[in-house]
Amino acid sequence: MTIDVTNASDPGASAPGSEAFVVKRRNFRNVLRALEPTFVVTPFVIYSFLGLGVPALAVFYLAFHGETGGWTFENMRLISHGIFLIGFENSIKLGLLTSLIPGVIGVFVAYAIQTSKSNVLKRLTSTGSGVLANFGGINLTFMFIATLGSAGILTAWLHALGISLTSIGFNLYTFSGVVVVYMYFQLPLMVLVITPALAGLRQNWREAAENLGASSWRYWIHVGIPVLMPSILGGMLLLFGSAFAAYATAESLTLGLVALAPIQIGNFLNGNVIAGETHVGYAIAVGMLVILAFVMLLYSLVRKRASKWLQ
Amino acid sequence: MAPKRIRTVLLAGATLASVAAIGITAGTGAASASSSVNWAKVTHLTKTGPTSMKSLVAAAKKEGTLNVVALPDNWANYGNIIKDFTKKYGIKINSENPEGSSAEEITAIQQDKGRSSDPDVIDVGTSYAVTAKTEGLLAPYKVQTWSEIPAGLKNSGGYWFDDYGGYVAIGCNTTTVTNCPTSFKQMSTETGAEGYKIGLNNSPLTSNSALAAVEAAAVASGGSLNNVAPGVTFFANLNKNGAFVNTIADSATAESGTTNVIIWWDYLMANGGIDVPGWKIVIPSDVLLGEYYTQGINSSAPDPAAARLWEEFLYSPQGQNLWLAGGARPAELAAMTANKTVNTALEAKLPALPSGQTAQYPTTAQITAAAATVNSTWATQVGASS
Repeated sequence: MTIDVTNASDPGASAPGSEAFVVKRRNFRNVLRALEPTFVVTPFVIYSFLGLGVPALAVFYLAFHGETGGWTFENMRLISHGIFLIGFENSIKLGLLTSLIPGVIGVFVAYAIQTSKSNVLKRLTSTGSGVLANFGGINLTFMFIATLGSAGILTAWLHALGISLTSIGFNLYTFSGVVVVYMYFQLPLMVLVITPALAGLRQNWREAAENLGASSWRYWIHVGIPVLMPSILGGMLLLFGSAFAAYATAESLTLGLVALAPIQIGNFLNGNVIAGETHVGYAIAVGMLVILAFVMLLYSLVRKRASKWLQ
Repeated sequence: MAPKRIRTVLLAGATLASVAAIGITAGTGAASASSSVNWAKVTHLTKTGPTSMKSLVAAAKKEGTLNVVALPDNWANYGNIIKDFTKKYGIKINSENPEGSSAEEITAIQQDKGRSSDPDVIDVGTSYAVTAKTEGLLAPYKVQTWSEIPAGLKNSGGYWFDDYGGYVAIGCNTTTVTNCPTSFKQMSTETGAEGYKIGLNNSPLTSNSALAAVEAAAVASGGSLNNVAPGVTFFANLNKNGAFVNTIADSATAESGTTNVIIWWDYLMANGGIDVPGWKIVIPSDVLLGEYYTQGINSSAPDPAAARLWEEFLYSPQGQNLWLAGGARPAELAAMTANKTVNTALEAKLPALPSGQTAQYPTTAQITAAAATVNSTWATQVGASS
């Protein structure tokens, strides 16, 4: 999640030059060097502004406008109660469940792989995670319907054994189903993002801790987890964002039976039913942006706290 | 109008084709008497002169192309309608985003404005046409057979006019279901024993046809077009009984047996819409709910003459009978039956109407209110009962 841009503009300023010309030239070069990061970053800034900033501003503008122009809070009022509030609640619940559970399990899985002696396993899992983390949408839905749907293979096998999935409270086409399906790509995603951080844990830290008489437990409490915490939180934030905003998988699976904020936006923008209320959809989008901004803020606060342990 | 699907690359192809076609016609276009007519402003044809049918055909041929949007081939026979129009007038049709929805059609004419690929005509749910008219997106035009369209099915100013419609029907696979339902009541009471797996064509939150099924269920279960809550309860009960299958029901789900009963417009299941042997369509005995789709001409159509010729074609006996061949009931059906221009063989193939039921047509206001009710209760009631 976080990119540490190291300042590349160290000018090596103490170079003594006897001739004024050389000094001048060197100064010019130093200025250029100092500006280098700006030049490199500028296209990215423009790109993000056009691709992210402008649409976000447009969404804000439209959310506070009625269908016939003029500033209004009506859209915001509408989405703050009833089915739209339930949509936000479900989306947040879904985001939390499928970021916390795979977030924690993912760390253990990644650690197990990282400490394994088999190089083949490491390479297989990193490639596999890369593929599975990007597997979503309608294909994934069909895969799960064929496996766990009402006429799915696994459902039929379990049925033959006398186990009914619905009687234990699982139904693929409901909220519980969406959670299970999201785990399928969330867990590999966590493994993928946390592995580099685990690789950064140096063996000699552990040895040093053990030399000072620390148990494995104490090592993790005082060294391992504090060092990893920013990465773990960053990973979970990524998972939250991906589950909170995912559309195609949930839409094709539940077809409107589970109220989720992104699907409700889709109903307004693509539907055949609700004419002339797209601004309510924009208002939901603003609601989602605000929630994500809040989560990001929370993350940066916790991260600041967590990085203090490192000092 | 069709279930929304992923926008295909056809759009790019259609744009290229239209650019090429325009290049060709521009090279061959010769000055004619009708070239001074601004067809975008023509609101009706005259018997003779520069705005006669003959001049319209000439001007449309000169334009050479027509852009249509969201017309699936197997929807109300549009595949053949497009083919026959091109055959008759030699005008090429660019079909953009054939699986698109009404909302996407409106978005297309808003966003493609000024481009040669901008859709010339739209075919949308009536509420979308009403909104489009208030936003100034439609041009008024009255076809020659205007008087044959019933008054309730058109805007008096000519901004929009209904084209074809049908009734909410129950389709059923007679080869696997022994006792096919003929009413909504039967679906709700005999579900367990008969093994009904009932599907809708889409979610009623996004699909107008699925919403109509909920409205029909409401009317059949003690509600009305103004009170669709009983329809939501009806589906919540079906779901509780395990008889409702929440999927996009189509030929594939009917064939695999995932859904053996589908509630949908009669004409969309007819003529291979649900392509399964033994598929039988009945109009339910406890409700007769009909709805029409609506035509409109884009006020900034890049091919204004071709757009008007397309409407003249659709509202000629040939066009109306083509819709009829697709199992849809064209807007001028009653007038055509009276003046004997209807294809009686095709008319006889329509599913029989139940006796003792008068047809009900929800108004735009009723549909909007129904959509709001279903939108706020569907997930909590039907979703909670699974």
